[in-house]
Amino acid sequence: MNLHAVWAIYVYEMNRFFRTLMESLLSPVISTSLYFVVFGAAIGSRIEQVEGVSYGAFIVPGLIMLSVMTQAISNASFGIYFPKFIGTIYELLSAPANFLEIVLGYVGAAATKSLMIGVVILFTAQFFVELEIRHPLAMLAFLGLTCLSFSLFGFIIGIWAENFQQLQIIPLLVITPLVFLGGSFYSISMLPPLWQTITLFNPVVYLISGFRWAFFGQADVPVGLSLLAITGFTALCLALIWLIFRTGYRIKS
Amino acid sequence: MAPIVDVQGLRKVYKGGFEALRGVDLVMEEGEILALLGPNGAGKTTLISALCGITNPTSGRAKVAGHDIVSDYRAARRMIGLVPQEVALEPFERVINTVRFSRGLFGKPRDDALTKRLLQQLSLWDKRRSRTKELSGGMKRRVLIAKALCHEPRVLFLDEPTAGVDVELRRDMWQIVEELKKSGVTIILTTHYIEEAEAIADRVAVINRGEILLVEEKEALMARMGRKMLRIDLNEPAAEVPDDLKGYDLELSDDGRSLTYHYDTHGERTGITSLLQALSAAGMSLNDIHTRQSSLEEIFVDLVKEDAA
Repeated sequence: MNLHAVWAIYVYEMNRFFRTLMESLLSPVISTSLYFVVFGAAIGSRIEQVEGVSYGAFIVPGLIMLSVMTQAISNASFGIYFPKFIGTIYELLSAPANFLEIVLGYVGAAATKSLMIGVVILFTAQFFVELEIRHPLAMLAFLGLTCLSFSLFGFIIGIWAENFQQLQIIPLLVITPLVFLGGSFYSISMLPPLWQTITLFNPVVYLISGFRWAFFGQADVPVGLSLLAITGFTALCLALIWLIFRTGYRIKS
Repeated sequence: MAPIVDVQGLRKVYKGGFEALRGVDLVMEEGEILALLGPNGAGKTTLISALCGITNPTSGRAKVAGHDIVSDYRAARRMIGLVPQEVALEPFERVINTVRFSRGLFGKPRDDALTKRLLQQLSLWDKRRSRTKELSGGMKRRVLIAKALCHEPRVLFLDEPTAGVDVELRRDMWQIVEELKKSGVTIILTTHYIEEAEAIADRVAVINRGEILLVEEKEALMARMGRKMLRIDLNEPAAEVPDDLKGYDLELSDDGRSLTYHYDTHGERTGITSLLQALSAAGMSLNDIHTRQSSLEEIFVDLVKEDAA
């Protein structure tokens, strides 16, 4: 195992993050605050409690998930896309490092960054609503796993993308709708029965449900299922990345 | 002693069927400088890319310092440093960080003393805190060299190191290569500046259309393939080559003021003595004579032309 390589990539990527620390942290914090103002205060004050939780608090787990998923994807995809774009990828390919080491470096850094952003948003939320976390360890586990799996997913997008437009398209076209329709702002039980069934095909539902359970002790789907879903997604991404490096897809000719 | 680079029957067929390498064999001894000469698209970069792991060879095998580049890629790649043809650097990173990054990537722990020595040697130490985008083109190339050397490789691939750099920097680059050779690093350098190969290489390999046409000591190649030329300047312009001299392979210049005679340096007799006697017998008075040896460039052009025919 070439641990020096993992560490070198990790440090390099984290440096990139700290170079633009203000921008990296400020934009998710501001956008989340806007959600709180609009949904929590303006609209939320007219909505009754959802499952015994005030609406402002109810949307916190979903909002954190929304930011964390988008940030993980954009960080990880950009991290590996940029070397392809400027040509420095030659160094990674010629290094005595295998796919696992390269992925650990890039994805580890992207996951760390999104975790930091998630934690900052959680603190920001404290300014708007009163929050009590029932299962802090489970909350951290869900948060960590989400950061990890979506960073892996972002890494795949970064390798697949051939231009900056493609880099944006998956987060915009797939992730945002899935998160919005995945119960970030409502409980599944509020939907008509047919839509409840359809929603169960949305993988994000399981993540948000599990995460919300860690906060309030209530879930739309069983917690075990949520855990299974996120582990499965992580495994799927890892398998895909392994395949990419094996075949050299879009990085090696 | 086992060769430091040992390539046997290396082939590369790109998707779409283009055969960039058609069974390349190449053996290199430790500490030598090999210039890989070839026209654009001959397969120079593909060969380097295949050895460094940037592209997968279709068949054949290669060893670097005794390690197979596929089955034992980690050990093989630790031995290799690569300076790519295109200047590719993360623009916002600082010089010293990007060099440290490369060392880590190749599995070596941070070594500040070594990094400092290397940056000083490449005149980059004063620029270590600069972002790479702030550097001039020549400085960027030096950074690439520093990145390639910071993990102490035993074989260095320089892919067109002086393409598009000014004369002064080219001389500096040659100096750097010379110093590396002294420290025992084996260097493979691709170039299409023949002058460069002539100046620094020990051996020359000519590659064309994916095949190595020849590998030979530079001096031996120039002696073997080289032809010499004798130019004779005349005091009085001549209208034509006198009949008595028709037996010699002589060319008269358009103004009639000089004669050119080609001869083989390896012939038992060059024919110069008898030619000069014949000239004086024909009553021609000579003003000056020059001899010139054909350059590597002319040899190279001849070889590639022959291959195309």
